[in-house]
Order: sequence, then C-alpha cells, then structure tokens
Amino acid sequence: MIPGAFAYHRPSSVKEAVGLLSQFGDDARAIAGGHSLIPMMKLRLAAPGHLVDLAGVADLKGIREDSRDIVIGATTTQHELIGSDLLAKKIPILRETSLLIADPQVRYVGTLGGNVANGDPGNDMPAVMMCLNATYHAVGKSGERRIAAREFYQGAYFTALEPGEIVTAIRIPVPAAGHGHAYEKLKRKIGDYATAAAAVVLTMSGGKVASCSIGLTNVAETPLWAEEAARILTGSTLDAASVKKAVAAAEAITSPASDARGPATYRTKMAGVMLARALANAKARAGA
Amino acid sequence: MAKSQVSMTVNGKKVEELVEPRTLLIHFLREQLRLTGPHIGCDTSHCGACTVDLDGKSVKSCTVFAVQANGADIRTIEGMANADGTLHALQEGFREMHGLQCGFCTPGMIVRAYRMLQENSNPTEEEIRFGISGNLCRCTGYQNIVKAIQYAAAKLSGVPFQEAAE
Amino acid sequence: MSDQTPTSAERAEKLQGMGCKRKRVEDVRFVQGKGTYIDDLKLPGMLYGDFTRSSHAHARVKKIDTTKAAAVPGVVAVITAETLKTVNLAWMPTLAGDVQMVLADGKVLFQNQEIAFVIAEDRYTAADAAELVEVEYEALPVNVDPLKAMAKDAPVIREDIKDKTEGAHGKRNHYNHVFNWQAGNKAATDAAFAKADVTINEFIVYPRVHPCPLETCQCVASFDKVTSELTLYGTFQAPHVIRTVGSLISKIPEHKIHVIAPDIGGGFGNKVGAYSGYICSIVASIVTGRPVKWTEDRIENLSTTAFARDFHMQTEIACTKDGKVTGLRCYTIADHGAFDACANASKWPAGLFSIITGSYDFPAAHVSVDGVYTNKAPGGVAYRCSFRVTEAAYAIERAMDIMAQKLKMDPVEFRMKNLIRREQFPYTSATGWQYDSGDYHTAMTKAVETVNYKKLREEQKARQAAFKRGETRELMGIGVAFFTEIVGAGPSRNCDILGIAMFDSAEIRIHPTGTGICRLGTKSQGQGHETTYAQIIATELGLPADSISVEEGNTDTAPYGLGTYGSRSTPVSGAATAMACRKIKAKAQMIAAYMLEVHDDDLEWDVDRFRVKGNPERFKTMTELAWAAYHEVPPGMEPGLEAVNYYDPPNFTFPFGAYICVVDVDVDTGTTKIRRFYALDDCGTRINPMIIEGQVHGGLTEAFGIAMGQEIHYDDDGNVTTASLMDYFLPTAVETPHWETDWTTTPSPHHPIGAKGVGESPNVGGVPCFSNAVNDAFGFLGSTHIQMPHDNWRTWTAADKLGLHQ
Repeated sequence: MIPGAFAYHRPSSVKEAVGLLSQFGDDARAIAGGHSLIPMMKLRLAAPGHLVDLAGVADLKGIREDSRDIVIGATTTQHELIGSDLLAKKIPILRETSLLIADPQVRYVGTLGGNVANGDPGNDMPAVMMCLNATYHAVGKSGERRIAAREFYQGAYFTALEPGEIVTAIRIPVPAAGHGHAYEKLKRKIGDYATAAAAVVLTMSGGKVASCSIGLTNVAETPLWAEEAARILTGSTLDAASVKKAVAAAEAITSPASDARGPATYRTKMAGVMLARALANAKARAGA
Repeated sequence: MAKSQVSMTVNGKKVEELVEPRTLLIHFLREQLRLTGPHIGCDTSHCGACTVDLDGKSVKSCTVFAVQANGADIRTIEGMANADGTLHALQEGFREMHGLQCGFCTPGMIVRAYRMLQENSNPTEEEIRFGISGNLCRCTGYQNIVKAIQYAAAKLSGVPFQEAAE
Repeated sequence: MSDQTPTSAERAEKLQGMGCKRKRVEDVRFVQGKGTYIDDLKLPGMLYGDFTRSSHAHARVKKIDTTKAAAVPGVVAVITAETLKTVNLAWMPTLAGDVQMVLADGKVLFQNQEIAFVIAEDRYTAADAAELVEVEYEALPVNVDPLKAMAKDAPVIREDIKDKTEGAHGKRNHYNHVFNWQAGNKAATDAAFAKADVTINEFIVYPRVHPCPLETCQCVASFDKVTSELTLYGTFQAPHVIRTVGSLISKIPEHKIHVIAPDIGGGFGNKVGAYSGYICSIVASIVTGRPVKWTEDRIENLSTTAFARDFHMQTEIACTKDGKVTGLRCYTIADHGAFDACANASKWPAGLFSIITGSYDFPAAHVSVDGVYTNKAPGGVAYRCSFRVTEAAYAIERAMDIMAQKLKMDPVEFRMKNLIRREQFPYTSATGWQYDSGDYHTAMTKAVETVNYKKLREEQKARQAAFKRGETRELMGIGVAFFTEIVGAGPSRNCDILGIAMFDSAEIRIHPTGTGICRLGTKSQGQGHETTYAQIIATELGLPADSISVEEGNTDTAPYGLGTYGSRSTPVSGAATAMACRKIKAKAQMIAAYMLEVHDDDLEWDVDRFRVKGNPERFKTMTELAWAAYHEVPPGMEPGLEAVNYYDPPNFTFPFGAYICVVDVDVDTGTTKIRRFYALDDCGTRINPMIIEGQVHGGLTEAFGIAMGQEIHYDDDGNVTTASLMDYFLPTAVETPHWETDWTTTPSPHHPIGAKGVGESPNVGGVPCFSNAVNDAFGFLGSTHIQMPHDNWRTWTAADKLGLHQ
C-alpha cells in the first residue's frame, strides 16, 4: 500500500525530461497518468529512486491533423480521446477502445502514451496501434526518432525504447473514409484487462475485403499484429470458410498466459471468437 | 527523503503543507488535512472509495501523489454541501432512496456522481451504471444508488422525480 | 372531539414505527463524510503497526533478524513470537476451541502468515521497516488440497498437536484431522437408501471465498500505564466478546478493558473474530505506553483474515419413483486452513450445517463432517449467512435439481411435492431442528405465478430446439431455489461462544420529557440499527421513532451482547427490545391507572396512550407518563422509566424464500447474462420495508459475486493467487443485475414481534439460484453438475466437454 521513497522532478520541457531520465538512468521512471506505475510502486514491484513527472510538459498535449495523419500528444488522456470529435469522426476505433479501458476515474488521468509505451501486454491500445499501423515519436539523448508500433513490442514490459527515451507523440495514418472498425474485448468484468481482445480495421469494395488489419490483445507477451489472418481475409467476402481459416491463423500466433481469466487454451480460443465477432461488427460498419 | 511544500485549494480553502514526494494524496487529505470522508478500501486502485474531484475530474486519490496535485483545485465529500449549508441534491438523494448502508463507499460514490452529472445532466440507467463502474459497493447492490443519482439529476434539473416502478 | 383530533391511524403514522419506510438516521452523517471509522481515529502520541509476512505457505522459520528494521529512524519496536512469549500471547485461543499462532513460532503454516510486527511513528516508516525484517526459511512440503489432508503421508501441518488424539470436538483420527461431527440418524438413513427407487450422488463443492467488506479489519489499542486500563477501538461485530476474550488472554481485568466499535464499513462475518493485528496492537501499546493503530490492506485482508465456505460435500438423495424424497445423506470435508478459527457457537464445529434438509420433508437424514488442516489461511466464518447455512442450502438445492433431472420432473414440481406443508409447522426436521413457522407452498406459488414460470419453460424448450438446429449459440437457463435459513443464534441450551450463552440485550431509558435512549448488545455494520430498533420502540411505546436514540458498540455502556452476524440482531435483540418495552409499558400502565384513578384493568392501549375503557376522552399519553415517572409515581413505586432485558431466545427463527432467475449463456465465450432475478423473502414481521429491500439487494449482489466468479484460490505451492481486487471478483454496477423483490409474511410464533431477520437470506438463496440456472442451461444436453464459480472459462469448459464447440 505504501510506496518506497523517491525524489520528484517536474520538468517543463521534453528536453529537460529527457535530460533527467538520462541523468538518473535505471533509477528513474517517467510518470504521466501514473495509473500503471503508481499501483506497482504501492506493491513495491517498482521502486524507482526518481520520478520524472511529464504532466508539466505542454508539448506532450494536443491532438492535431498533419497531412494524412493525426498526431496525438503522449500525455493525452483517455478522457480527452473519448471527447475528441476529430477522432470520433476520423478514427472511431480509438474511442471504442478507450471506453473499454479501466473505469471513468482511470480514464480521466491515464494517458495514451502510458498505455502504448510501458509494454504491459494487458494494455488495450498497443494492439489497436499495430492494427492502425501507428508510429511512435520517441525522444532521447540522441534526439528524435520514429518507431513503428508493429516493431515496438519485444516482450512483456520490454519495448524498443532505449534507456532515457520517452514517447512524445503517436502518429496514426487516418483510415480510409467508410472503413469498418471494431474492438471486441472479452473480460471478466468491466474495467478488467482482456481475457482476449481483437482490433479490426477493414475496407470493403464490391462486397469483398479490400484491406484488412488485425491486432490481438493480451494473448501473448506482446500485442500481436495478425498479418497472416488479415492476408487470408483480403479479397474474401468474409465468408464463413475464410473467417474460419483466419481465426485458425490468429489462434496459431497466440501464446497467452494461464491466469485467473482462464487457461491458455481457453484464451487462445477466445482470441479467435473475438476476432470473428470483430470482423462481423467491422463489416457491418463499413461502407460498401 | 526531504520534504517539499505543496499548496492546493481543498473545498475552497487554500492549504500549504509539507509532504514527502511519496505521500499519497489520500493520506495527505485524511491525515494532514484531517478530511476523513474519502476512504481507503483496497491497494490496487480498484474500489474507488478514495475518489475526489480534482481540477474537474473524478480521480482516485490513492493513485496520485500529493506533489502531483500541487496547485490543484480539489473537492471532497466534505465540500459537497451547498453554500448555504444544505445538503447537495446527491446527498439528499442518497438518503431519500436508501443508497447507502455502511456508508464506506458513499463519499467516493457521491463525489464521482457529482462529476458525472456535471458532464451528463440526464443520464440513463445504463449510463449511470457505467459512470459509477469505478466505485465498488458491497452493501447496496447498486440499485438504490442508481435511484439516488436519478433523484439528484432530476432535482438539479428542476424536474419532478419519478421513481421507476419495480 | 374536534375535527382536528388526529385519528389512531394518523397518530400511528406519525410515530414512524414498525412497517414503515422510515428514512435512516445514520445517513445524515454518512452522506457528509462524517462517519467515524477506525482509520479516522487519531489519538495523541499514536503509533502505527505493520506486519512482516511469510512468503512461504509452509516452512520452518530458522531465523528472524529484526536489526535492520529496528534501526530505521522512527521505528519504536519490533515484536516477534519471542516477545509475545514473555506475556504468554504467542498463541491465542480461537472461537472454535483450537489455538492459533499470533506471530510465527518456529514455523509458518500459510502464505502471508504474520511473522513480525513493526511499530513506528507513522505508517510509511512502519511499511519501510516491515520490508527490512529478514527471515530465513526452510521450505516444507505444502498441502492445499483438503481431500489429501488425511492421506497417510500428508505433510504434518500442526506439529503442536501432532500427537493429540483428542481435539476440542472429540476424537482426531489423523494428525491433520480437526473434528468429526455428525447429526441425524445414520441407521434410518442407510435403510432409506437401501430400499430407494431412485438415488443421486453428487460431489458438490462450495469453494473458498471471502466476505471482503469495503473497509478492512483495523484497530487502535491504547493502554494507559497509569490506570492499567486498556481502551480498544476496533472493527468488531461482537465488541463484548472481544472484551471478554481479551481479558481472559491478557489477564487485564474485564472492567478495565473498554472496547469501542464505532462505525464499521461492512462486516459480513469478516469482523467477528480476533486477529493477530488486534493482539499485537494491544501488546505494542502495553510495551510502548502509547496508542497503537493497525490497519490491514486489502491483500492482507483477503489472504489472511477469515475466509468462508471451502466445504466439499458428497451429497445423496433417496427418492421414490414418483418423486417423494425418503432420505438425505451428506459426507463433507471441511477445509479449515492452518488453524480452526471458525466462528461458530462452540458446540457446533460445523455450525448449523444440519439444516441441510432445507425446506423439504425428509423422513431420514444423516450428515457427517470431517474438518481438516491445510496450508491455507485459518477460519472460517459465516460470510453473510448463519453458520454454514449457505453451504447446506447450496448442497440441498443443487441436489434437489439433480434429482429432479434424473426423475425427468420439473424442478418446481419436484419441490412442491416435497416442501414441508403449512400444517406441519412447527416442524421437526430429521436432524432435530424445530422450524417455527412457514407457508412454503404459498410462497412458491406466488413466485411461480409472478414470473410466469410456465411461459419461461415453454420459451426455454423452443430455444433448446433452436440451439440444436444451430440457429442460436445461446442457452437459456432457469434457476429455482427454495431455501430455509436458521438464524437468530441462539437458545442457551444450544448456543454459546466460549461458554457465554448467545442471548442478547436491550436497555431502554425514557427521559422525563418523553424521549429516550436504547442501548443494545448487537453492533450494526450497515444494517440500519439506529433506525430500526427505534421503530420497534415507537410501535411498542407510542413514542416517535425520532425521539429514541440508539447506541451500540461501547462495552462500557451497552448491555452485554454477542454481536451482529448470522442475522441474529432482529431475532434476539429485537426481541429483547420488545420485552424491555413491555416492562416499561407495564410500569407506565400502573402510573396511568394511578393518575386516572382507575384500576390497571380498566385501561386499554391506543397507539400512544392508555385510555379508560368505555371513556376514551380520559387518557394519558406515554409522554405524559414519562414526566410522571420522574415527577410523582404511585406510593411504593420506584421513580424513573427504564428497563433492561436479556433475551434467551426459545428457538432459532427460520426465514425462507423462493427465488427464480433466468440466464442466457453464450456458449462460445462462456459468458452468462442474468436476464431476470426474482426474490421472494419471508422474514416474518417486516420492520422497515425499505431497509429489507436494501438488504436483499445487497445479499443478492454478494451471492451473484460468489456464484459467478469469487474464489480464494491457491496454487499447488500454496501461493494465494486471488488476493487482490484485480482478481477477487467484486461486481460493479455494470455487471450487477436488476433485482425484483417480493415477500410473504409468516410471523414467527415464538418471537415477541414475530420477526425473523433477513439480512443474510439473499446470500443463502441467491447462490444456489444462480448456480441452478447455469446448470439448468446445460441440463438438456446431459450435464448434471457444473461446479461454482460459474465464471466465463469454467462455463466455456463445461460447454466444451459437452462437445458444443465442434
């Protein structure tokens, strides 16, 4: 219940934040909403000697259009995502997913950057980002670089971020107008991490799938981009046989943990069921 | 660890105190400001008994450090009564509709419902249940809490309250 | 009489007495955040205690090094078993006649068991220091399977009693055996089974769960070195018991111990017994001379304080071929964890489990329970039920459904055929309980008609056919439960806690100006006693409920009582309240007769006054009589107007109910949606319908949690895997179904106001209703019993085993 002691820093710029993280190295953690890190600190599963609070860095806020992309500041909260008319119109899967994360209080404070960057396999946004082919802007000692979401996740709590780097923004190419989307999340109760979840973004043309992208949540040590399953469906009418093949391909890349949500075999099957339901919902929402 | 000074406005009053960086906001409110309305019911940020209103957001004060709340405007259950001292419509509604039994979840529940009604003044039952999904109750089964919030919503909007038939 | 004279009915309404939806008195402070819970207390000089706990489930403790912990600035002391031994408190007696380690004494027997208690100036320092106590373990083999506890080579859990062949409840057959307890008639039951047309035999498990009130267990102990007096504030459902037990084990004289239970944030049985935290805080306060506060966090609460259930019940019913039950047999293994800290009345190591014949007329029954030790947390308690009654109700309601299925009879029809009939009351069951009153067929009929049960079964048939045709992947289930609960412990011939008979009390004092105060030996943790006891008094004495303040929880001022759990407050203290009122009323009647210059018998009672028979304009109100009691009483009479009653109930009370629920199971995910839940409760006389409804909502919600997902789970190494609210299922407002409540009223003939108690009935009846519904969904496919909890993956696995995912 009581965290260990630490020194608190509140930089007002990205440069200052990165400087502090470099200075204190492994002993420092960045904190945004804090609703992943602070619970861990209270259980003493994390005990950083320095916390670098990003809440005062104005540059990490904001949702803006940039050519064909939308760029979302890393400390944008789930509540702000949900309330954004721009996102509701252009990338509706974000709002759908956000409403399935945790509870109202956590959503007021929890950030998109936190959800995508800490490598927790239970977080919902990473699979959605992989599905959307998002790119993360990262800034560290050696400057800024961009990392594709599909290449970002390496293991449980293990990402492509270098020590001292923070994600400053998330860049998402706007899906085609008339796309279909769905985030289907099976959970024990509202607010829980997924037993299994599937993100689907697709476009239809003449009754056939013109493009398809699939992400899977919490059924492996990292979020999964189900490339093969999506390839199987492209060009199909989402007929039962194709869906069945795609589900099998998706199940094949899962390796979920057995926990109180269920044994691994069950969770693999549920990934498949969530995928099938997400495909049906996405199709229903898509333009012809 | 050296203490730092924080200042914030709590229930309309400016406060200045020394805290350790690791002092949780819930402990700051309860132990240093002696506002024992918000309660602690868990250690994993699930139960919501510690909910306060911070800069216009419902926040679990057990998952915020006091230093993060420096400069904030905070409202707890102790600040919910109307300016003239009468009970807020929510406080009245919880009593009228038997929305509490042991009272432990009640401060967090009322403060959360307050913000919810600020953002949605006429919520459906489904919206209410979703809106309080971050607040656990072990006594009431939530049904009368929903009614209490509906009562308050009606009163705040100036419409007569119609209790749903069973 | 002028037109403005209020009628009897108007006067009665003004009193806000029994039967009305009086708004709660306690709400005024709670909605303002002005309740006083233990963690709100701050005494001058107060210190904070925190535990170092075992990471192992079973290990020798070779060494405990407290040096680093003691050296942390702000740490005042670190206590281990060695410290406690100097005051003979390293072990404490349990309510079940066992002994329990307060701090690890050479061994730890369950994960998170208390090893050391750190006392510091503030809770943050205490937490830091608790991490620095160094413990050297030698791991021992672990057993968390109660079915393996009495195997020949099972690990010895209790070395302290290893060679004892006698326990508190009789012979021990094995070093991990706690007791064997039996009830009923074995010979008659075996005979019934031998000649039965049809039998069923099912292994029914009620998993380990935990009451999990929103406020955890906590205390502040303050020992005054000058006066040698101990003041102990705590989350105590039974404050007087804590005082007496505290005195016996600490040797502080009982009159020098002041126990105060202020507002409690939910109990549900979790706060009945004494925990290490209380003992260590008391010792710490004695040692330091300062108050010491202990508050446990949620993980500590779920993993170390008293669990509930963990009953493994081999259940059998014998029946004629046309559906008349002839015998019931149940052999149970009860997992008590490392110490039997069960909070039962002392003669009942398996509580009132023999209520297992339930609402049905079994001519013969026999139950046998073997308690065993395992490497799990000690206990258990009655989590929102009477002692072991949920276990019994679950077994019988599941078994009745299983038998109905075998007979190809509808579960309601089968029950109707076997429910005890109204004319059989008072009814003596095959295990010796005398049920006070009941009208079961009326209740069942009302339930069935209200939900249009026949139509639901028709709908189900149609959906089953659709499922078989592949048109739907949902299965509809209808759950039925008709429970009888035994509450109101209890008659002194049956019930005592460590020798103290389980009466309860009410002391009422009316002041000169006609208001008054009532103090009782019970202790509310949310049940609304400040509101409801005053309603009883209002009706009995004709004084407005608002004129009566109600106090509980301070052992200096409250008359002795055994506390609130097992729905006993209304049956026992409610009776004491009525009896005390009647003493006051009798005295008031004599004063009235004196003032009106008539004989006592010439007076009749009318709502709030005594009036002269045949001459109603001549009357004295209770308010006037109160003044008279202090002003001028009849010669020879003592002044004042008060009475105390210690009520030894002649019997338990037997509330009952008929619950019906409808579920829809998604076969492909295992998710169950609760479509409808109807609960009809009969608790006898209904004191406050609003509060009753709230209790039913709350109990049903706890039942929903238990049936659909709660479990305190251990892996094979004894690690408790569900110890936080991440995994221990507490439903939110989103999952919790809408509850429909209804009632019938069959007063208890032996209770002064006919009331039976209701707080726990919904947990007793709710769990089997949900479980029967899920089982019923799969029944037509040949499934006979799916174990609780019915969480998604288990339900899906059951569907998978039935081949539904081809």
